[in-house]
Amino acid sequence: MPKIVAVTGNEAVAEALRQVNPDVCAAYPITPQTDIMQRFSSFAANGKVKTEMILVESEHSAMSACVGASAAGGRVITATSSQGLALMWEILWIASGDRLPIVMPLVNRALSAPINIHGDHSDGMGARDCGWIQLWSENAQEAYDNTIQAFRIAEHLDIRLPAMVCMDGFIISHSITRMEYLEDEKVKSFVGEFKTLNPLLDIEKPVSYGPLILTDYYMEYRKAHEHVMSKVPGVVKQVADEFEKMTGRKYGLFETYRLDDAEVGIVVLNSAAGTTKDVIDEYRAKGIKAGLLKPRLFRPFPYAEVGDALKHLKAVCVLDRADAFGGSFGPLFMDIASSLYIQDKKPLMFNRIYGLGGRDYMPDQAEHVLNELVETAKTGKVQSVKEYIGVRE
Amino acid sequence: MATPLSLKELSKKEDRLTSGHRMCSGCGAPTVVKMVMLATDYPVIASNATGCLEVSTCIQQFTSWNIPWIHNAFENAAATLSGVETMYRSLKKQGKIDQEIKFIAFGGDGGTYDIGLQSLSGAMERGHDMIYVCYDNGAYMNTGIQRSSATPLGADTTTCPVGSANPGKVQERKDLTRIMAAHGIPYVAQASPSNWADLMKKVRKAHEIKGPKFLNIIAPCNRGWRSKTDDAITLSRIAVDTCYWPLFEIENGVTKITYKPKEKKPLVDFLKPQGRFKHLFAPENEWLLQKAQEVVDRNWDRLLREEEFTAPKSE
Repeated sequence: MPKIVAVTGNEAVAEALRQVNPDVCAAYPITPQTDIMQRFSSFAANGKVKTEMILVESEHSAMSACVGASAAGGRVITATSSQGLALMWEILWIASGDRLPIVMPLVNRALSAPINIHGDHSDGMGARDCGWIQLWSENAQEAYDNTIQAFRIAEHLDIRLPAMVCMDGFIISHSITRMEYLEDEKVKSFVGEFKTLNPLLDIEKPVSYGPLILTDYYMEYRKAHEHVMSKVPGVVKQVADEFEKMTGRKYGLFETYRLDDAEVGIVVLNSAAGTTKDVIDEYRAKGIKAGLLKPRLFRPFPYAEVGDALKHLKAVCVLDRADAFGGSFGPLFMDIASSLYIQDKKPLMFNRIYGLGGRDYMPDQAEHVLNELVETAKTGKVQSVKEYIGVRE
Repeated sequence: MATPLSLKELSKKEDRLTSGHRMCSGCGAPTVVKMVMLATDYPVIASNATGCLEVSTCIQQFTSWNIPWIHNAFENAAATLSGVETMYRSLKKQGKIDQEIKFIAFGGDGGTYDIGLQSLSGAMERGHDMIYVCYDNGAYMNTGIQRSSATPLGADTTTCPVGSANPGKVQERKDLTRIMAAHGIPYVAQASPSNWADLMKKVRKAHEIKGPKFLNIIAPCNRGWRSKTDDAITLSRIAVDTCYWPLFEIENGVTKITYKPKEKKPLVDFLKPQGRFKHLFAPENEWLLQKAQEVVDRNWDRLLREEEFTAPKSE
């Protein structure tokens, strides 16, 4: 029987990692992720996992060691947040370019300066294009479930790409919630034995990782990477189906909430989706046809499917918990706009930036956005394409 | 059984860095790597920092390495290899692997003294069972001879060029070998391809010691040093005989000079054949030439005293 527990997001992710029981873990502290690696270190120190720890001197070395360990041939993890991910950035591209299935929880936190330890999505968005798979999670249960599924997706022999599992710093990582843990045996058999592919440790078949490839073939490698990424959504769905059979919990490329018959919709990532769903229920009770779309597989982004799910709406607001400075719009907005561009019929769209540096996202902000959506749908006019909300003027 | 250190026996061994690579003719680095590999009788896995050695030995579908080899980035050869070594320990403990495998990282001085220092320091402190080999040619040669913290005093490089207001590099070299010794790791040594038997003995010794080991090996670069292409071994010998590049080892805190020149040659013997020091022989730079000699004398003297000081007390 699954176990009902009251735990924090960090605790849930650490538990998933214990159950997966990887071969090597590189650990380095950074708020708000520290708690995951601290708990995992305690599992290792008490013989609860077989994992060998590498207690590195920076996140740059954490990812570098993960690349070495993964290429050596085994299951490898680390975890990070914010500046830590920024420091890893160079090596993120190498991990994906070398097709190494490293799994890394990312506890989303704002980027400096000013320094801020709280949750927003600037870190994950900064690593958006580095060829990793990104799964985003609304709550501790999703972070736990996504962590377990991430191993299957990343290690799939058609994929072999690194994956990060995102959840909101503090809001989810440090709040206690009710959720279900699976039995150890079930996780173990779901994830299965790690299958090595061209391991460095096979002395009989020496391989060279990380060659120099210039103008003559570099582009073909990049195209191949894009081709592999295009196969990810299919694998994500297949793994989600198996997961649903085991747990009854349904996952897809994204979640829709009261969207099918909706006239206006909000697109939002991670924890803010929960608050938004509550407010949508209130508006539905008032007879307003509102709905929500919450991306789960953010990279690769399922453009066609997302566009298809939103095209019938009259108006869409994309809520971004990060800004893309100088790019005019928030990063999620740009992806949603791209998804809808290919559709014949397009809703009116606007972008609201909220919750930066962990600022609370309150029901009144969702109400404000929904009111604006209703007005936009009615008048057929977007008042202002991009605004910050919940901010002092 | 270890291969005897005789040229006849060693020449029968298969090259682990095969010919056909694209290092410049006369480069000291591949000679250093070949010596390190010839001295290694175990199965071995190498990591390689970005640099001349890396870009020239594994291009597209061609590789000169017939051992497992990984290049990650510029500054992280040590951290990368620490990951490989940890996976090895993990799988060995789990009974999934039973072979004895050795681990060697190669980096140039830019990738070791400068950008890779933190990664190296971390890996050494953590105690991974590996050898880090720095092939020191005294500048960023791969990108076109920019100064590094290993560049000797007075050298002309493309980022500290000799000009009307600058006499070349005005700082002394960072003493990385001593910095690594200060980590308290079991074995640190300096070697030169001119003294091949000494170099190979040090590699052999390092392999037999459990834990992190560091070898700093001089590797002349005729492009950067502006010397003759057939002078790599001669110049590294002069570097040793002038005590610019002393041969020594520090084993568990005990310093031993493994070669003492019968007659310590003047530093100018090392500087003269190299175009990068040509300007030092102009009258206005005489002070710099003198200072360069003083630095060598001071360091050599210190090493002699250190050997005496750290020698085990006789009963």
